[in-house]
Amino acid sequence: MTTLYTSDHEWLSIDGDVATIGITDYAQAQLGDVVFVELPQVGRALKKTEAAAVVESVKAASDVYAPITGEVLEVNQAIVDEPALVNTDADGKAWFFKLKIADKSELGGLMDEAAYKAHTA
Amino acid sequence: MAEPAAALSTPLHRTPLHALHVSLGGKMVPFAGYEMPVQYAPGVLKEHLHTRSHAGLFDVSHMGQVALLPKSGKVADAAAALERLVPQDIVGIPAGRQRYAQFTNAEGGILDDLMVANFGEHLVLVVNAACKEADVNLLRDGLSDVCEVQPLADRALLALQGPKAASVLAKFCAEAEGMRFMDAGPRAVDGLACYVSRSGYTGEDGYEISVPADQAEQLAEALLSDKDVLPIGLGARDSLRLEAGLCLYGHDIDTGTTPVEAALEWSVQKVRRSGGARAGGFPGAAKILAQFDGGAARRRVGLRPEGRAPVREGATLFATAGSAEPVGQVTSGGFGPTLNAPVAMGYVPTALAALDTQLFADVRGQRLPLRVAVTPFVPNTYKR
Repeated sequence: MTTLYTSDHEWLSIDGDVATIGITDYAQAQLGDVVFVELPQVGRALKKTEAAAVVESVKAASDVYAPITGEVLEVNQAIVDEPALVNTDADGKAWFFKLKIADKSELGGLMDEAAYKAHTA
Repeated sequence: MAEPAAALSTPLHRTPLHALHVSLGGKMVPFAGYEMPVQYAPGVLKEHLHTRSHAGLFDVSHMGQVALLPKSGKVADAAAALERLVPQDIVGIPAGRQRYAQFTNAEGGILDDLMVANFGEHLVLVVNAACKEADVNLLRDGLSDVCEVQPLADRALLALQGPKAASVLAKFCAEAEGMRFMDAGPRAVDGLACYVSRSGYTGEDGYEISVPADQAEQLAEALLSDKDVLPIGLGARDSLRLEAGLCLYGHDIDTGTTPVEAALEWSVQKVRRSGGARAGGFPGAAKILAQFDGGAARRRVGLRPEGRAPVREGATLFATAGSAEPVGQVTSGGFGPTLNAPVAMGYVPTALAALDTQLFADVRGQRLPLRVAVTPFVPNTYKR
């Protein structure tokens, strides 16, 4: 499995033609205490850069964009039930949704871990 | 994820506690022309809850402190003069007490909200940061025949709020514990020449402490040395005041809202209303008194969203899930950490202002149900 990153602080874990997507630990630290998460409907066809989910802290709401084009296969109800999980395990248990990758060439525009670390340094 | 808005490029003022905020790990953001801590390492949620359970120390030095010094030497003259600009009973504030007030304009709108304290020989006002220059001009234009208007720019302002505030401050100021809610006046705190009021902006018992700017850091460090006290940023200040149902100027009240529309009738004493001994005589009196007598078309109300999603400032309100015609707007809204639920306030037609009235807010294209609710959302704990 490969993990890729966007400049908007999302991570994508690629397994075959499925991408699991979440927000980075850096992003959750910037947001602060997450109190509400809204996820896309399973089956929704998302276009790259389309607003796909919403994550809200005490103070503000932020959109989470689809980093690539694809159909929503599964969403993580655990972070809807317990939004604070996004703060405690952003890179792991607090994944947001899984996409069926429509066009693997879109992955070429994403960052690897080293590039993302440089981006947030 | 969307990036936070870029900082303004205009130079920002710093409060006397700036270095302390930075050393405490405060995340500094622009606010009302100042560089202020929005939060510290624990974050808004923990800071909010700590203030409700223990005590929080807030730097509110960006706010304006202004003395009104009567040229006659009689404080009653300054009080009578200030009544030209506000609909409150200022003459009736006893020495050592303070009162909430609003500057109004000729249309009955609110130019700013403020605290007015009677220090015995003069008045001391605390006004909002964003309005303070305009307020000083308003005071000079309106009262210079009677008062010297003296901005207290060399003083910082701290707020110590929460159930432990009284026991903490008692260690530095023996008289503090005996003060009642809205008592105000000069007090020595840790030997410093402070002005102390038992008041605040959180709904909790607590104090606001005006301290000479060059001694502010020393006092803040002394208060923070108590294990019950944490520094609290503007983020939690906002969520605390929202749960307390308190208005934020420029959001819940502004030049387009009157004190009656804003549900602040309680702050206008009978002596200034129709039939009172000093009825009217303030800007916008005709409109405001007519609203007291005949009601206003709309009203500020508390709102409790029924789901988990926060309904924030600017959200449009509708009477039904399907109606196309908006009936009002949310003016403050967010997540209430004490309630562990979203809370909001906004303006609706008076016919829809009754408690428990069902409304709907547009949030990202969805109509979310909410109900008109009693404020404060979290009961206040003032020591009356």
